[in-house]
Amino acid sequence: MHKLQTEVLVIGGGATGTGVVWDAALRGFKTILVERRDLTHGTTGRFHGLLHSGGRYAVKDPHGAEECIRENQILRKTHAHCIEDTSGFFVVTPEDEGDDYPEKFVAGCNAVGIPCSEIPVAEALRREPLLNPRISRVFEVPDGSADGFLAAHATVNAARVAGAQIMTYHEVDELIVEERSGERHVVGARVHNVVTGEHIVIYADIIVNAAGAWSGKLAAMAGAEVVILPSKGTMVAMNHRLVNTVINRCKMPSDGDILVPSHTVCIIGTTSVTVPNPEPLRIEPWEVQKMLDEGEKIVPGFSKARVLRAWAGVRPLFQETYTGGGRDVTRKLALLDHSQREGIKGFLTITGGKWTTFRLMAEATVDTICEHLGTQRPCTTATTPVPGAEQGNYWVGHRLHDVEEQRLQGDLICECELVTRTMLENAVQRNPALTLDDLRRDVRLGKGPCQGGFCTYRAVGILNEMESAGNWNHDMLDESADTMQWNAAHLQSPAHNLTRDVTAGNGKGHSAESPTVFNPNLLLRDFLQERWKGVTPVLWGRQLKQERLDELIYLSLMNIDHLPDDELASPVTDFYNFDTTPGPFEPEPKKVG
Amino acid sequence: MHTESWQSVGPSLDECIKCNICTSYCPVASVTDLFPGPKYAGPQSQRFRENGQPHSPDHSVDYCSGCRVCNEVCPTGVKIAEINARARAHMAAEEGIPLRNRLLGRNELLGKVGSIAPPLANFGLHNQLSRVLADKVFGIAQDSKLPRWPKGGTFGKWVKKTQDQRLKSDKKVVYYHGCGTMYYEPFIGQATVAVLEHNGYEVIVPPQNCCGLPLLSNGEFDEAEKYHDNNVNKLVGYARDGFDIIGTTPSCTLTLKEEAPELLDKHDADSTDLKMAVWDIFEWIRERWEEGDFRTDFRPINMILPYHAPCQYRAHRVGKPALEILQLIPELDVRESCARCCGSAGTYGYKKEKHLIAMAVGKELFDFVAVQGPGVTMTASDTETCRWQIELGTGLPSRHPIEIVAAAYGLYNLESRQLTN
Ligand SMILES: Cc1cc2nc3c(=O)[nH]c(=O)nc-3n(C[C@H](O)[C@H](O)[C@H](O)COP(=O)(O)OP(=O)(O)OC[C@H]3O[C@@H](n4cnc5c(N)ncnc54)[C@H](O)[C@@H]3O)c2cc1C
Ligand code: SF4
Ligand code: SF4
Repeated sequence: MHKLQTEVLVIGGGATGTGVVWDAALRGFKTILVERRDLTHGTTGRFHGLLHSGGRYAVKDPHGAEECIRENQILRKTHAHCIEDTSGFFVVTPEDEGDDYPEKFVAGCNAVGIPCSEIPVAEALRREPLLNPRISRVFEVPDGSADGFLAAHATVNAARVAGAQIMTYHEVDELIVEERSGERHVVGARVHNVVTGEHIVIYADIIVNAAGAWSGKLAAMAGAEVVILPSKGTMVAMNHRLVNTVINRCKMPSDGDILVPSHTVCIIGTTSVTVPNPEPLRIEPWEVQKMLDEGEKIVPGFSKARVLRAWAGVRPLFQETYTGGGRDVTRKLALLDHSQREGIKGFLTITGGKWTTFRLMAEATVDTICEHLGTQRPCTTATTPVPGAEQGNYWVGHRLHDVEEQRLQGDLICECELVTRTMLENAVQRNPALTLDDLRRDVRLGKGPCQGGFCTYRAVGILNEMESAGNWNHDMLDESADTMQWNAAHLQSPAHNLTRDVTAGNGKGHSAESPTVFNPNLLLRDFLQERWKGVTPVLWGRQLKQERLDELIYLSLMNIDHLPDDELASPVTDFYNFDTTPGPFEPEPKKVG
Repeated sequence: MHTESWQSVGPSLDECIKCNICTSYCPVASVTDLFPGPKYAGPQSQRFRENGQPHSPDHSVDYCSGCRVCNEVCPTGVKIAEINARARAHMAAEEGIPLRNRLLGRNELLGKVGSIAPPLANFGLHNQLSRVLADKVFGIAQDSKLPRWPKGGTFGKWVKKTQDQRLKSDKKVVYYHGCGTMYYEPFIGQATVAVLEHNGYEVIVPPQNCCGLPLLSNGEFDEAEKYHDNNVNKLVGYARDGFDIIGTTPSCTLTLKEEAPELLDKHDADSTDLKMAVWDIFEWIRERWEEGDFRTDFRPINMILPYHAPCQYRAHRVGKPALEILQLIPELDVRESCARCCGSAGTYGYKKEKHLIAMAVGKELFDFVAVQGPGVTMTASDTETCRWQIELGTGLPSRHPIEIVAAAYGLYNLESRQLTN
């Protein structure tokens, strides 16, 4: 069995875990991160995409609001290229009138230093012509739109450059706890490679549990108790941007009151429903309806626009003691030092918080690591931009601009989201990616209107070609010099991918011995299933027309339901299946508190 | 900037199911890599174009000729050509409009200026040196076919001069002749008046101005709006009084009927009343003929006539009425071109960087004419820029179908383009 030794082991490749590995590596710790799937497979890959200004928490949670605005200003520098500077409005719609929330909101913003200015309604309507003309007041705050996929890549990129090792598709099965002079120490983790089945033991001086909604499970492996209340949030993405500014309702936070422009789409969200398990997450019809109804209050006609898909993420709400669920519980970051809580040494849990505060969460975590390891090393993440930040903020047209400048129109694989063949090949090789869904997160493959209708078969063809030529196989998961030099920022930009280097494979691996994940039929089916899962909750109107065409392509033309290897499933297939457990029709749950 | 109009393309782009049918039909994308096609330029790129962005992300949309073949074939009704036109206007508003496009957009002004002294203007415009200069300095393609100012003066002058000879009748129609007929081809107007009077109609020729299409296709929306408003003011009274307003240039009538109100978001009562009253002349004639109110006392015309329905004509969605009427003429062997576009698409073919593309697009049509045999002596098409382009591509003269009808009545000479009386 393979053994590794490190100072810090981080479990979980979401925003929090990637933040921790970055901070620890910058402070000179030998660090490994393990993630059981791809980076951002958890909540970070399913969030709403809002870089909070703190405005949302200004009334209810001033401390959280203050953290947000501080981190907002830091991330704009350290992760500039992962952010679109959309700005944000808090609008008072007719439904929100009649109380003094706006006054409290302004006072709250002022109190914690969130720049907030009231602007004339006419000015807001000029900037956002589709906005409800019946709004009575508008406040502008420095909200932004964040690309959580790119940010995770950029963050681990920076960590790698600083010497960290990132192991995706490695799942922690067990934590190794030893008794030393009457004290329990977590000394390592048993991990297996999800693709090859290979077992590895990783010994570490300290282990950080950053497994989000799964951190209760991880804590249990160490004999510690962490109660996580998984709270599902459903979001609905529209086919194109209806607004270019983040629009929040100026009222006590509740369901469906934020509309975020995100790349080529805009996303309305979210619901908040306590669920027994972090996955699978089923989306109920009332949730979709609720989002559309709320959207209608922000942008009249909203529910008539084309809906692209719906998905859900799960908030890892931390509970000291269970008191019942919902939005009002706690979204504050929770750093649990298990040596103090349960006397379990060498083990920390960091959970809760927000995407916006991931850097801060990491800072707090690594500060505690320093204490435990008896050294003093200052945090530098706040002042160290990750590679790619020098590009500055992205804007919605950047890909089209690149494609036009470099005349890459003939090279497009995903036409909706403008993914070129070279972007895809580079992402596969350097990233590394195992499934088309990974590529979706990496380069936005299949995220557009046709939801994979035209790019899936093209991408599978390319992957199959690369696999046969020995340019893509599971060894790609290992760290290589190549991967280290690869700038994650390049994932997003057609302009950076002019040198096509498909000969740079390691020359190993061929279909015969390759693990099942490399089976092209399986790749195709899994990805279609994944896309289908997000489209089914919104299957009417124009998206239904689209799916009918996609169905004709895949079922009638390619006959994919009768491909060879029908029974084949890879270790990652399960995730794309539907939750078929028969559940009662869930009416909208009553709010607690 | 027409912000509202910019936003209104959203619902249309939402209809696209990415089938690429439009891409395979677009005549421009078929001949050049410089234009990536309707789906790419239209609904696809539109998702990347937003208000308040640093700059327009794309420029290849400028290669769309505006022929609207894409709209015609799209199974879900995406208004692709309009999305493209708006993107161009956005770009124009942002980056300014080249002098050349400003000139091409103002053919009415050019027409007026040239009409002051036609021989001088013709010499000025058509001598070798000035064509080279126009090409080099302005980017007006040296080999494109520019119009000539006729010796006899404008159509307006002719109407005034022949005032006393004009038919007075209870049956009246209003004629929207457009700039081409006014300044360059008054004989089309004369043939039209002759045909209408032969059918007992009094022809009213009210003051009017350019429909604004050249400005719209060059992205000068604000200017186009002024032209459109003027036309509405001048013509809406006739519409309200129940007159039909008929035009001989399908692109102009399409602009009044649909393009201008749609691109400029003119949905007020006046624009709507006007648009409801506007007819293409053959659309109108076919209606009269179906009612038995159109004379068919035609003399035989023994010739093969390749006929091309301009793309803007097809955008009227009225079928091919000119074809139906021409087919009533004894012995006339009308051959219908199924070519997608002649290539000129208004002012497109005049632009230096697009002239060769326009000629390549037109090849389908030119080849069609060529295979009709050596006996072919002329072609027919409804829009002037199409006729000029077909003449350039085939070397054969081209006529408006109304000229053919006038000739069949014995009122008009197809060679000299003069009334016979
Ligand atoms: C619906 C919704 C909308 C939100 N919107 C916003 C927003 O707009 N702005 C904002 O700032 N915040 C938002 N948040 C909050 C934010 O998304 C989360 O706080 C943040 O993404 C949590 O990141 P994480 O790394 O802690 O957890 P995760 O991203 O869930 O990461 C945990 C990782 O651990 C991995 N893992 C689990 N078990 C194991 C194991 N045994 N071995 C190895 N790996 C394992 C999982 O695969 C997962 O990738 C939103 C949250 C939700 C639910
Ligand atoms: S209008 Fe004509 S040139 Fe433009 S995209 Fe459509 S078919 Fe192509
Ligand atoms: S024909 Fe219509 S639906 Fe098909 S790709 Fe073109 S615009 Fe989209």
